[in-house]
Amino acid sequence: MRTAFIQTLEGLAKKNSNIVLLNGDLGFSVLEHFTEQFPSRSMNMGVAEANMMGAAAGLALSGKTVFVYSIIPFVTARVYEQIRNDIALQQANVKIIGVGAGLVYGQLGPTHHAIDDLGLMRGLPNMTVFSPADPVEAELVTKAAAAIKGPVYIRIGKKGDELIHTRKPSFRVGRALTLRSGSDITFCVTGSIAVHVLGAARLLEEGGLSVRILSFPTIKPIDAKSILRASRETKMIVTVEEHSVIGGLGSSVAEVLFDSSVMPTKTLRLGVRDRFTTRAGSHEDLRAFHQLQAEHIARHVLKKFKKQS
Amino acid sequence: MQSAKLKEVARQIRRDIIIMSGRANASHSGSALSAVEILVALYFDVMRIDPRRPDWALRDRFLLSKGHAGAVLYATLAERGFFSKKKLDQFCLGANLTTHPTRFSAPGVEVATGSLGHGLPMGVGMALAARMDRKAWRTYVLLSDGECDEGSVWESILFAGFHKLDNLTVIIDYNKIQSFGRTADVLDLEPLKQKFEAFRWNVSEVDGHDFEEIRDALGKAKKTQGKPQCIIAHTVKGKGVSYMEDKLEWHYRSPTGELGEQALKELRD
Repeated sequence: MRTAFIQTLEGLAKKNSNIVLLNGDLGFSVLEHFTEQFPSRSMNMGVAEANMMGAAAGLALSGKTVFVYSIIPFVTARVYEQIRNDIALQQANVKIIGVGAGLVYGQLGPTHHAIDDLGLMRGLPNMTVFSPADPVEAELVTKAAAAIKGPVYIRIGKKGDELIHTRKPSFRVGRALTLRSGSDITFCVTGSIAVHVLGAARLLEEGGLSVRILSFPTIKPIDAKSILRASRETKMIVTVEEHSVIGGLGSSVAEVLFDSSVMPTKTLRLGVRDRFTTRAGSHEDLRAFHQLQAEHIARHVLKKFKKQS
Repeated sequence: MQSAKLKEVARQIRRDIIIMSGRANASHSGSALSAVEILVALYFDVMRIDPRRPDWALRDRFLLSKGHAGAVLYATLAERGFFSKKKLDQFCLGANLTTHPTRFSAPGVEVATGSLGHGLPMGVGMALAARMDRKAWRTYVLLSDGECDEGSVWESILFAGFHKLDNLTVIIDYNKIQSFGRTADVLDLEPLKQKFEAFRWNVSEVDGHDFEEIRDALGKAKKTQGKPQCIIAHTVKGKGVSYMEDKLEWHYRSPTGELGEQALKELRD
């Protein structure tokens, strides 16, 4: 996703001379080519994120389209008030690019995990929130972000995320993408954990169930229509995200359902439970620890699906 | 504009601050009064601005980083003709004239401030934008002394010095009192001048109520090349109203009733 993002941004920057890229002394082996191409429009702001976010707002209020790039906690939680006051409140044309979605930085520890960013960003008025599942979605949301005149947050994964989409889907901001059609269970998923949801779907289908999968590259505005349709047309809605079950996609879907009169009979939120992960391990190790791999997902879903029927 | 004329403008703005704060039972009048001469010098003498075109792309920018002094910004903008003085009646009582301004408050307000330590980083971004576009407009940021406790301020000072942002001028309203005590007792900034110099800034110190000194320093700042400039303006909190001067409580109280009348009497001429 990182490569898809930067290559897309390079294409955009060639056409739009107002695009500026700031980084917080991070981006090794990702940002170099962009910087070589646009030396006057790419800047390492140092390990000084508060200044970087404020400066991003100042640049944006002076006519620039500003992309800010760093590891997720350093461009979200650390500078939340700068984002709130300088960017969101002022409707500044700043795109915050956070890398290392969820448990990507498993070995680096809980200071580098990103399990609260969707909740933080989603709570801000004026903020559009993207969470792509693969390089294809990363390219689509990067283009969409540049076209939006206002604050955007993009939560991207790492280098070499697996492809979910075999061909380019037709994308619109605020619309979920249907990865698979089905009538028993609907998965609402965001981010690269979609790979495991596809795996879980295969296991469930082997057991005779019909599974729908909706990928949510946009978390805000949320696609209420697709959620409500799934609620009417399928028997169970499951949300899966590499994020705390508090505040992210699961919460968004729950809010849509709570506000409607179309409650599904069964629901399940899967994600990182309300806890920090101090255990060290690879990305997949930590996904396994949180029971977020295909077989865990299939097992949890089946248990709940059978229990209530 | 001549100093005598500027003094008259300053007197009028002080009166407006008292009336606005008293009417709305608003706090922070002491903080607004200490910065009057600084804003008057900028808006009536130094900055390239056009009140009829608040969005003019080539205007100089002023950022009130000490957002709690919003009253002085509104009163100055109105006096300068950015909007009708009638609008000041709504200070803290309606419209968008909040104590801490936002860029939606009134024409001429550049940014939202109020949480300290936000204005200077935004000013750095603006100065960078002007440099990128090779434009001559300048950015002025007014900080409070207490605000310099914030780490974000020092991130920006380090950045601007290293990047030689000579189109950026910071003015510190150094009235020596922060919200809950004297700066020297709470978190002493001294030696302040040497700190800025160590961060590669050009520094001058002025009497923040003396127009000659302020204008002279701003004029020199404009001509400085290769360094951002810091003007440490020594001021008095609550300046111009006897019972407010150098008193911490005027961060909180408001000049209502007889207190307001007395203040206006003192500011009559």
